[in-house]
Amino acid sequence: MSLENMMIVAAALFAIGLYGALARRNVLVVLMSIELMFNAVNLTLVAMAKYVAPAGLAEDVVQNIGSVLTGQVFAVFIIAVAAAEIALGLGIVFAMYRSSGAIDLSDATQLRN
Amino acid sequence: MLVVDIVFWILSVVAIGAALGVVLVKDLFRAALLLVVVFISAAGFFVLLSAEFLAVVQVLIYAGAIAILIIFAVMLTRDVQQGNLPNRIQIPAVMLSALLLAALVWTATQTPWGLVQEGSQPVVDLVQTTAVSIVEDDSLRAVGLESPEEQQAIRQAGLADLLINDFVLPFEAVSVLLLAAVIGALALVRPRNQ
Repeated sequence: MSLENMMIVAAALFAIGLYGALARRNVLVVLMSIELMFNAVNLTLVAMAKYVAPAGLAEDVVQNIGSVLTGQVFAVFIIAVAAAEIALGLGIVFAMYRSSGAIDLSDATQLRN
Repeated sequence: MLVVDIVFWILSVVAIGAALGVVLVKDLFRAALLLVVVFISAAGFFVLLSAEFLAVVQVLIYAGAIAILIIFAVMLTRDVQQGNLPNRIQIPAVMLSALLLAALVWTATQTPWGLVQEGSQPVVDLVQTTAVSIVEDDSLRAVGLESPEEQQAIRQAGLADLLINDFVLPFEAVSVLLLAAVIGALALVRPRNQ
């Protein structure tokens, strides 16, 4: 396991999520694909935090040690934002289901017409 | 090292296979269950990447809360759309995803990353693994930190320290965002006739 391998796996997850978000008609599948992309980004951030040295670490490891956790802090924020996103997203799905009786994105043209 | 590599490759195959299943499987309920598999293998990756706190958070929030919400939504809307249909932009979507994958892989392999030096990696791993717990004296000596000043500096580093010092403003902003999301979700799903 190395930084490159981990990032390639995360990139594959992100690309799969992008395909699902672009090419599927069901809203729930699109939401799940967006969660896949969030996860890929989190994996990349944590891999970077483990393997890439932040500024100052080369000079003095002990005094600048706090900065090696920055990537994990970003991942915590992204998880919180993903939770907010899924709560709102499912709220919109239910509102759409109740107003039009369908959760098909190709038929969701209310705003356009 | 060998065990870590084997676990990494198993997790990679499981994660990518399950992710493909999420977008390709016809039955939505199975897609939601495969999404849980992706979440749990991501938690496994977090353990390998010495982010054990994040692995626990991943299982609690993603595999717990978000997965339950999605499965609820799948079951409640099951009657209107059977299955996971493709739309009309299949080929452009595949091409765009493949192009993005190629660009990301090229960037990941070609960029000269400033890696952590070999000697510092055990200290970095120790700090990241024990991000939310008390560091024992023995584990500090095991990575070559003998003096009390160095040990004190390692003990002070932690996720909570960063969250309430360097990142206090984003932390508060995320709190407000979560509150806004909860209120917004309630407003979206409230009954119309009130």
